[in-house]
Amino acid sequence: MALVALLTGVALVAAALLIAKLISPRSFNPAKGEPYECGIPTRGESMAQFKVGYYLFAILFLMFDVETVFLYPWAVRVHELGTQGLTAIAVFFGIIVLGLVYAWRKGALEWK
Amino acid sequence: MQDLSVVTSWIHSLLTGYMPEWAAVTIECVVIGVALLLLYSLLALFYILFERKICAYFQCRLGPNRVGFWGLLQSVADMFKILIKELISLNHIDKFLFALAPYLVIIASMLAFANLPWGNGLQIIDFNVGIFFLLAVSSIGVLGILLAGWSSNNKYTLIGAMRSGAQMISYELSMGLCVITIVVLAGTMNINEICLAQEHLWFIFSGHIPAWIAFIIFMIAGTAETNRGPFDLPEAESELTAGYHTEYSGIHFGFFYLAEYLNLFIVSGVAALLFFGGWMPLHIPGFDAFNHVMDFIPSVIWFFGKAIALSFVIIWFKWTFPRLRIDQLLTLEWKYLLPINLVNLVLMVLVVTYSLYL
Repeated sequence: MALVALLTGVALVAAALLIAKLISPRSFNPAKGEPYECGIPTRGESMAQFKVGYYLFAILFLMFDVETVFLYPWAVRVHELGTQGLTAIAVFFGIIVLGLVYAWRKGALEWK
Repeated sequence: MQDLSVVTSWIHSLLTGYMPEWAAVTIECVVIGVALLLLYSLLALFYILFERKICAYFQCRLGPNRVGFWGLLQSVADMFKILIKELISLNHIDKFLFALAPYLVIIASMLAFANLPWGNGLQIIDFNVGIFFLLAVSSIGVLGILLAGWSSNNKYTLIGAMRSGAQMISYELSMGLCVITIVVLAGTMNINEICLAQEHLWFIFSGHIPAWIAFIIFMIAGTAETNRGPFDLPEAESELTAGYHTEYSGIHFGFFYLAEYLNLFIVSGVAALLFFGGWMPLHIPGFDAFNHVMDFIPSVIWFFGKAIALSFVIIWFKWTFPRLRIDQLLTLEWKYLLPINLVNLVLMVLVVTYSLYL
């Protein structure tokens, strides 16, 4: 069924693009193909290096997201595991919190 | 409450009476695909009108009211207008990635959309890690947005895409933790079982304070995830023209627009599922007569009613709060929501372990 949804998504985009290509007007003008920067000619390379702060948050996200994924199997079984499961996960949870505290103290969460 | 799986199994047995099994399954798949497509586009059209009308009323205007009665056909007219607009071919773009980006955005929202519980026994994708799958596929969308921004070879789109990427991945963390909080309470990741677990009382009421905190964080994270409201800085129109889809024209732009409104519906649908029982009618333990009356309202109406009411709240945010700056946005997520969420998870685990829930 997931495959049906996937194919439906592809079909929607492909069909709408096909219809648009068939009925939409075409006209050529060299100025139209230039990057849209509010009428000012673009300067330099646009696919440029970018502020590193964004990538830092991406790395942090990767770390925390993988950790939260590990919490899912445990979360389903909390009812059955009881106090023993609680103590076991507390160690893992402590590591997540330590990671957050470390990143915070290092200043990784500041936007400079 | 009428179980709609009776209808689907009746259709299946009717079809297998006339043709072999594989042909019946193929026909069913095609019918499901067409139904999904229709629902997807109709909901998008409805949401565009819904948002424009609400936005108009917030600003003491009338909104669209010329095309059709009460402006009902406005978004249909817009759809045709966007189809006959020219698809401008650009000079310096990465053509393959530029064409791929709308596919990724639409596929992500379509896959997440197919997961939602439409009614009792009426669900397209239903398996044991449903809610996890929903989160996983909905995060593909950020790839499409980053590709769109990068491949357009334009500085505005690059800045918009980077902001959007940082925002969406950050708030996904909060969303995931809220989902874990509810999974702890429900004891299952199957979407239909989550609905069934709320038969006596919705989770927002049975989960005490942790469920309320999770709900509030989920709504904030959901607003950020859909790039809306106070978190619309990826496409801040006064700074970045249109953000990551500046270079897209005609129907190419339409895809991003479509996915944005559908994501609004998906987020409110998931919030309705996790906190307000999905398609489950409002039940109060002890009030049997009341519960019985509530059961007469069809489950489909319950689901759509809750989802649309929650979408109204998200649209309301947009006209209430001023836009955040990127550093405030990241501070809100990493220094406030994430620690609160972790504490909230511990609280919920304590509630569940010592059976304090209602």
